Amino acid sequence: MSNALPPDLIRLVVSLAVVVGFAFANAAVLVLVERKVCGHIQRRPGPFEVGPHGLLQTAIDGLKLMGKQILVPDNADTKLFRLAPILSFVPPIAALIVVPFAKVLQVRDLDIGVLFILSLAAVNVLAILVAGWSSANKYSLFGAIRAVAQNVAYEIPLLLSLLVVVMWVGSFRMSDIVAAQDGFWFVFTPMGFVAFLIYFVTGLAETNRAPFDLPEAESELTAGFHTEYAGMGFGLFFLGEYTNMLLMAAIATTCFLGGWNGPWFLAVSGTGVVATLIQLCWFLVKVYGIILVMVWIRWTFPRVRFDQLLNFCWKVLIPISMANLVATAVVAKLVPLG
Amino acid sequence: MIRYFQEIFSGLWSLLVGMRLTARMAVAPTITTHYPFDTLEITPNFRGHIDLVINPKTARDKCIVCMMCQRACPSGCISLKGEKPEGAKKKVLTEYHLDFTKCSLCGNCVETCPVNALEYSRDYQLAGFSRHEFHFDLVDRFRQRAREQGLDPKVGDLTPPPPKPPKPAATETAPDASGSTDG
Amino acid sequence: MIPRPDPSQETLVLNMGPQHPSTHGVLRVVLRLDGEYVLEAHPVIGYGHRMHELMGEVRTSSGFYANVGRMDYGGALSFGHGHVLAVEKLAGIEVPPRAEYIRVITTEMNRIASHLLWFGAFLLDLGAFTPILYSFDDREFILDLLEHVTGARLTFSYHRIGGVARDLDDKFIEGTRVFLRRMRERLDVYDKLVTGNVIFRKRAEGVGVIDKDTVLKYGATGPVARGSGLAYDIRRVEPYSVYPDLEFEIPTATEGDSFARYRVRLAEIEQCLRIVEQALDRLPDGPVQAKVPKKVKLGPGDAYQAVEAARGELDYYLVGDGSDVPYRMKIRPPSFSNLSLLGEVCQGVLLSDLVTIMGSLDLVIPEIDR
Ligand code: SF4
Ligand code: SF4
Repeated sequence: MSNALPPDLIRLVVSLAVVVGFAFANAAVLVLVERKVCGHIQRRPGPFEVGPHGLLQTAIDGLKLMGKQILVPDNADTKLFRLAPILSFVPPIAALIVVPFAKVLQVRDLDIGVLFILSLAAVNVLAILVAGWSSANKYSLFGAIRAVAQNVAYEIPLLLSLLVVVMWVGSFRMSDIVAAQDGFWFVFTPMGFVAFLIYFVTGLAETNRAPFDLPEAESELTAGFHTEYAGMGFGLFFLGEYTNMLLMAAIATTCFLGGWNGPWFLAVSGTGVVATLIQLCWFLVKVYGIILVMVWIRWTFPRVRFDQLLNFCWKVLIPISMANLVATAVVAKLVPLG
Repeated sequence: MIRYFQEIFSGLWSLLVGMRLTARMAVAPTITTHYPFDTLEITPNFRGHIDLVINPKTARDKCIVCMMCQRACPSGCISLKGEKPEGAKKKVLTEYHLDFTKCSLCGNCVETCPVNALEYSRDYQLAGFSRHEFHFDLVDRFRQRAREQGLDPKVGDLTPPPPKPPKPAATETAPDASGSTDG
Repeated sequence: MIPRPDPSQETLVLNMGPQHPSTHGVLRVVLRLDGEYVLEAHPVIGYGHRMHELMGEVRTSSGFYANVGRMDYGGALSFGHGHVLAVEKLAGIEVPPRAEYIRVITTEMNRIASHLLWFGAFLLDLGAFTPILYSFDDREFILDLLEHVTGARLTFSYHRIGGVARDLDDKFIEGTRVFLRRMRERLDVYDKLVTGNVIFRKRAEGVGVIDKDTVLKYGATGPVARGSGLAYDIRRVEPYSVYPDLEFEIPTATEGDSFARYRVRLAEIEQCLRIVEQALDRLPDGPVQAKVPKKVKLGPGDAYQAVEAARGELDYYLVGDGSDVPYRMKIRPPSFSNLSLLGEVCQGVLLSDLVTIMGSLDLVIPEIDR
């Protein structure tokens, strides 16, 4: 049997299924978390009626979305219109395969891990562009244009802030990055902290989260690039958005918060089942902690304006991350790691 | 250069102030009511659509069919009819239709009624599937409401009044009746 | 001229509304855009036209009164106040002082509610979702109080020719005093959450600057005029009701941008609280309804009454011919003039700024359309 099906392939298929399942579950949980947090910030309970404390609300909503007809506007470019939602949620799921959830829980430990994730995450903007363009709606088009300008600009500080870590570790490999943070996390170094902040801000912008949700700015562009999407098309965009959030938080955790490492006094570095579970827990706690802050931010702030967004990127984020990078290079030269 | 960083830090600080506020709000108790299960107490002064006043003693309406309300209504949503039972002097209300789709809840009808035969209902859970559901038959509603209060509604009662009893008897029964209900 | 698509220019014509999240009702703004820059903005109104003025000419004054609340759903009581004052002027009816104080108290409470509604909606336009729920929490408090005394939450129908429909009771007065304390604390919350917020400041400051001349040219009033340094408030300029007896200031700002209008409105909430407090302290005893003939004869003659509504100057002009139905009724709502500014102010701004400006003008569309 092992001849017919190479174990590697089985491993790949199984892990892919797990990753996809995880992405779906994540989206379901996050939608609920988002609505609950939003509700409590606004001093209301959020979804409450479906299931105990509204726990089944997302499931029902998902069902409803699936049951809806997928409408394609008359003048829309049908093929592209249908392609866009898929384009928006497949790449982030694919990118999840290099994320080290625990020491052994990593589908592929590519030696270009960070690059792989970033390049896949960048496809997201393509999905938005395609969606906005093919919808034949002026508001959607505006959303798409905004998304492209925004994501292209924010990609630079994003990369620069990650380069700080890469430079320090000397490797793009995710497992190396985690291993280098055994006991002390990059976020606790001054350079690491600045890089983390910058990464966090750009991550918000890359995932089009408030206050940088310009592509879907509701009060200006009705719903931006997904104005014309109904039913599962819209659902897939949602899925993509939440998976992207997960991905951004996972990278932040891996690169700045020590990945699956617990705090030094609680660190478990084995590869057994129990150790793996503990590591997984640490990883998820950090990831969801970051996501929680993202949600919290969304329900607190107004949206920034388009030119301010770009100004902020070019005048604040990029210079600071450049300076940070130079500082890191100097320090890394003077104080070799370890 | 210093201003540049100052701006960034003061900006960041203002954001953190806002976030601290929302965090505090997030842990504060919620202030909403779970509506269909819990309802708020509604003020006795609430002005809903109009209803006929039930006289709890006689289980009758007070209307004297003077048509004042119909004339006072700026939206023309009241239409009522009365008939004279045989041998009676006064008209008795037989039909009272309120077209609530047009009513602007101005209160003119209630205020012009010379005998205070109208009141505001405190019904606010008014939802329906068609506009026809909002053509209220107030006489019908009167019957229902009276029954809910355990009264036998006597509205639109066209049975001729009993032949006039001799005067002293009438004055005697009246205080009796009121006395018994009071006690 | 409504902008039309023009193939010879590289511009885009965008219909904003009548169904759009930030036009607050059925307002349509036709935009000519160059990229995200607005070259021309042309408001198109009339989608909600209901002929209120004509109805005023076929109905008796008390019959028409229910309509005024439908014009401005945010501040129905100031609209009612203007109407009854105009009718009383024309019919020569003396209003008992207690009724007039009650009118002022309720109107000012309503003004706070209106400003709170605006506050939330404005922040919603800027993309902040939470402030509206905080401000609605406070607004709800006011509405509960007003519901207790008027019987309704939005279209109060509370005034009567020659008085008010119901006297204030202790519950209302106590509740209002509680509210005054509470609202002063809540203003601090708004300051922390919004006024100081750097994103909000960046989006509102310097956006939609309206100078004094433009204000005068278009006849803009209310917080829009006061945000441009024009201390024009009917309550002081043409005093009516019991306002001359009350102490309050007219908050103004000189910048004329959206942030100035924002500050003016928040400062106005404070002043309203002051007015309500004083009016409650001075509330005289007595009847709340004057003796009014069944048929309120109007004129012959005319009457003009200006009041300060939440959004600016509101004028009623009534011509009576001696019957109980006015011969002519003219209403000058504040938002109409305030909206007229839009085309001039919005030249060359970004699409997002257009939304900010529209929000800062505090438009209530039914009042414009009537
Ligand atoms: S409340 Fe006004 S509109 Fe409604 S029925 Fe009475 S008079 Fe007519
Ligand atoms: S005004 Fe009163 S008494 Fe007259 S018809 Fe109407 S309800 Fe009856």
